[in-house]
Amino acid sequence: MKVSLTVNGTARSDDVEPRLLLVQYLREVVGLTGTNIGCDTSSCGACTIHVDGESVKSCTMLAVQAEGASITTIEGLASNGDMHPMQEAFRTHHGLQCGYCTPGMVMAATSLLAENASPTEAEVREGLEGNLCRCTGYHNIVKAVLAAAES
Amino acid sequence: MIPASFDYQRASSVDEAIGLLSGAGEDAKLLAGGHSLLPLMKLRLASPSLLVDIAGIQELSYVRQSGDHLAIGSLTRHADLSRSEAALHEAPLLAHVAGQIGDPQVRHRGTIGGSIAHGDPASDLPAACLALNASFVVASPRGERNIAAADFFRGFLETELASDEVLVEIIVPTAAGAGWSFQKFNRRAQDWAIVGVAAVSNGSTRIGLVNMGPTPVRAIGVEQALGQGASVTEAAQHASDGLDPPADLNASPEYRRHLATVLVGRALEEAAQKKA
Repeated sequence: MKVSLTVNGTARSDDVEPRLLLVQYLREVVGLTGTNIGCDTSSCGACTIHVDGESVKSCTMLAVQAEGASITTIEGLASNGDMHPMQEAFRTHHGLQCGYCTPGMVMAATSLLAENASPTEAEVREGLEGNLCRCTGYHNIVKAVLAAAES
Repeated sequence: MIPASFDYQRASSVDEAIGLLSGAGEDAKLLAGGHSLLPLMKLRLASPSLLVDIAGIQELSYVRQSGDHLAIGSLTRHADLSRSEAALHEAPLLAHVAGQIGDPQVRHRGTIGGSIAHGDPASDLPAACLALNASFVVASPRGERNIAAADFFRGFLETELASDEVLVEIIVPTAAGAGWSFQKFNRRAQDWAIVGVAAVSNGSTRIGLVNMGPTPVRAIGVEQALGQGASVTEAAQHASDGLDPPADLNASPEYRRHLATVLVGRALEEAAQKKA
């Protein structure tokens, strides 16, 4: 089945099986492997991307459901080689340890700030409730998001 | 995890969706946000032959006040319902509950109609609809009919919906000024409630329970005790009267009964405080 969508600003059209998950489409068809598969049960948030600007877990969406949508992955955040302020903030504040959850964390955090530009610490923690960090690096992740909100 | 193969069709109108369902077998399913159905399909607990994707039917996404009730389109997403001014004012319990479901990513996709049609006893919105005395408008080749929430949930993941019916609207009697409370008990922020309690106090009190039986259920024992003048503490003792709560990794039936009593007590106290 044909699916036409935009991925990181580039229009694409691909023939996919209806059961192909969006995360598989992004990793295996488009070749963007920055989006990680973690739990594969919409719990951990590692596969978080933006669909029309809003955070979504791409393991719980079919590629065909993205027809006409504008998708942004972690690879689409930087512009002209400059990291996105959220990526900078994660680096500055050491908001990652093993890094596996990081693409999803960054995408969830940018979606959070799009909805609430100056969140409190509690709102950041609540806003990231859908993303798990098995290194338990939450403290610095929250610091990074608050710093990105300020910048 | 990859779902079993299925055919996929997009419907751009309710009539088209009904037509596709009518022409398909019993095991065709509607797909809205997919956040209840797709996880089941990935686990191969569900393997529909046909998915009819209705997410593109824009006119089913709305929240509006209409006389003495709030009308909510079935494709309204949890994120939109939780921020809706009309819902926050006229049915604040519903807006609050929508904002507690899962996590932000889930609320960006999941819809109220999908949650209700799925009929999961562990879901929050069906219990809230029971407490709010909501009803559901469903459309089929035979026209439209209205089903009270109290008559809708028939068995585990089974509802009154026929295989060719589409849930199009949720009708919630407005209750601005009513006391309300939602108590959700879970281990992690994003989890399903181990037990949840939705209460609305507006003259009489109605209570919906999450995860206290094979279907979303009302705490009839508590409602009756309150009607007979029982105190909050006395009434809460009836939280699991006649109910058969499930056992799972998180809780035994006994623990759920205990939680229900404690949470019903908290819900009744908070609802009384909030009542205008």
